Amino acid sequence: MSIIIDHVSYIYSKGNAYENKAISDINLKIEDGEFIGLIGHTGSGKSTLIQHLNGLLKATGGKIYYNGEDIYDNDYNMKKLRSKVGLVFQYPEHQLFEIDVFQDVCFGPKNLGLSKKEVELRAYTALKQVGLADEYFYQSPFDLSGGEKRRAAIAGVLAMQPEVLVLDEPTAGLDPKGCEEILELIVQLRKDTNITVILVSHSMEEVAKYVDRIIVMNQGGIAYDDTPGKVFMNYRELEQIGLSAPQVTYVMNKLHDRGMPVRTTALTVEEAKEEILRVYGRHF
Amino acid sequence: MIRDITLGQYYPAESILHKMDPRVKLVGTLAFIISLFLFDNVYGYVVATIFLVMTIKVSKVPFSFMIKGLKAIVILMLITVIFNLFLTPGDALVSFWKFTITKQGLRTAVFMMIRLTYLIIGSSIMTLVTTPNNLTDGMEKLMNPLRLIKVPVHEVAMMMSIALSFIPILLEETDKIMKAQMARGADFESGNLINKAKSLVPLLVPLFVSAFRRANDLAMAMEARCYRGGEGRTKMKPLIYHKRDFVAYIVILIYFVGVIMVNYI
Repeated sequence: MSIIIDHVSYIYSKGNAYENKAISDINLKIEDGEFIGLIGHTGSGKSTLIQHLNGLLKATGGKIYYNGEDIYDNDYNMKKLRSKVGLVFQYPEHQLFEIDVFQDVCFGPKNLGLSKKEVELRAYTALKQVGLADEYFYQSPFDLSGGEKRRAAIAGVLAMQPEVLVLDEPTAGLDPKGCEEILELIVQLRKDTNITVILVSHSMEEVAKYVDRIIVMNQGGIAYDDTPGKVFMNYRELEQIGLSAPQVTYVMNKLHDRGMPVRTTALTVEEAKEEILRVYGRHF
Repeated sequence: MIRDITLGQYYPAESILHKMDPRVKLVGTLAFIISLFLFDNVYGYVVATIFLVMTIKVSKVPFSFMIKGLKAIVILMLITVIFNLFLTPGDALVSFWKFTITKQGLRTAVFMMIRLTYLIIGSSIMTLVTTPNNLTDGMEKLMNPLRLIKVPVHEVAMMMSIALSFIPILLEETDKIMKAQMARGADFESGNLINKAKSLVPLLVPLFVSAFRRANDLAMAMEARCYRGGEGRTKMKPLIYHKRDFVAYIVILIYFVGVIMVNYI
């Protein structure tokens, strides 16, 4: 699996008085199995970009290749692309509509024209993947709690069995425990299926803790594209474009400025603890 | 996709018409529309045309916007014209095959066409120079006297302005839901009529749920800010007549009287 984004631009309401260039000249390559974090200030083009990945938006300039095929080719099957690149929107629970949770999760595979048996198998698997107990299956989706609704909605996309999973702020509006559950769910999913994941987030801590690669967007373009360690070293520049670094980065930098010889690359509280202990260990 | 729908057609500009009290505009438009059916000779149309052209000039709205509304009734106009042309009895003008165009038919068809055109342009002007909320304010004030016979004027006006504010919000929500379902393989375009209707379920159910949720939240927010209905409620921008509004009323009156007088020429 690979996605190549080649000089892609998108202009909203082209030719209108309300014309707005949302993203311009984006060049990216996404490899199989990567775990990518996509961050950027509000309006930087994140949502626009991810909607190009499954063909919901058609680039006004540039090309996109999925597994080497040009998705804007006349013969290309866009519906198939949508089953390969699963997109979970923000507040996905707003898309629930069926009589019961199980039927709702079946909606995706049904649209793929699969046999009833295959549809139900996929729905069952997906619901288990998100950790929803059997007793929820036949309840109305509107009777579930916020966190449960969200997991049911994610199951709805997982049932399509995509190769790439794109999640737009999956932890928005959840309490800390809820956030952790969703993120651990994604980690487990990757362990089990090696699915490629792109996580759009506003939480630097989240992104620092889980992803292998961070893409930073700024005003429709890509500002940084590197490992979390390298990206967050630019924490001053990140602040200028409306972002920040994980709190731990600031702590480590302050300690370093005051003379403690710690490396400032720690990204999580755990790493910071280890690093501080390491330095103290030497001085004992 | 859905973003391209412009609603209410309000065209922002700085003209006297824009600043005028909405009640004057409502009354004026009504008077104009009624006047179109009060005369039946050429002079009447001349007077109406002068009035309309002057209004268009004063409004500072580009002419292209005014005729947008005409597109919608082109078919209706065509049917009206054709029927009147060929089916009106009278002195024949032109005749071919089995069809006869009479002098009366031509006259009626042309007049009918002009009437319809002016009607559409007249009402378009009103919505082009008045914001929807302004319009509902004007209507509420005009219908106030009806409160005496227990008509819930304030409640109706409040419902209308809330509905107007929510149209763009719900349109955006529809767009989001559509995209979310399309991401799960939903197809809103292909298939016969029955399929298309069925495919609307995953769109309408979440939309209704969302609308009810918003209505609930809005009601609570309004109550939390002490809303108790229209009794004793004041407005932030009360509608007050200015000199220009009285001048406008006089102009409308002159026009109306003029149009009636023209019938006696």
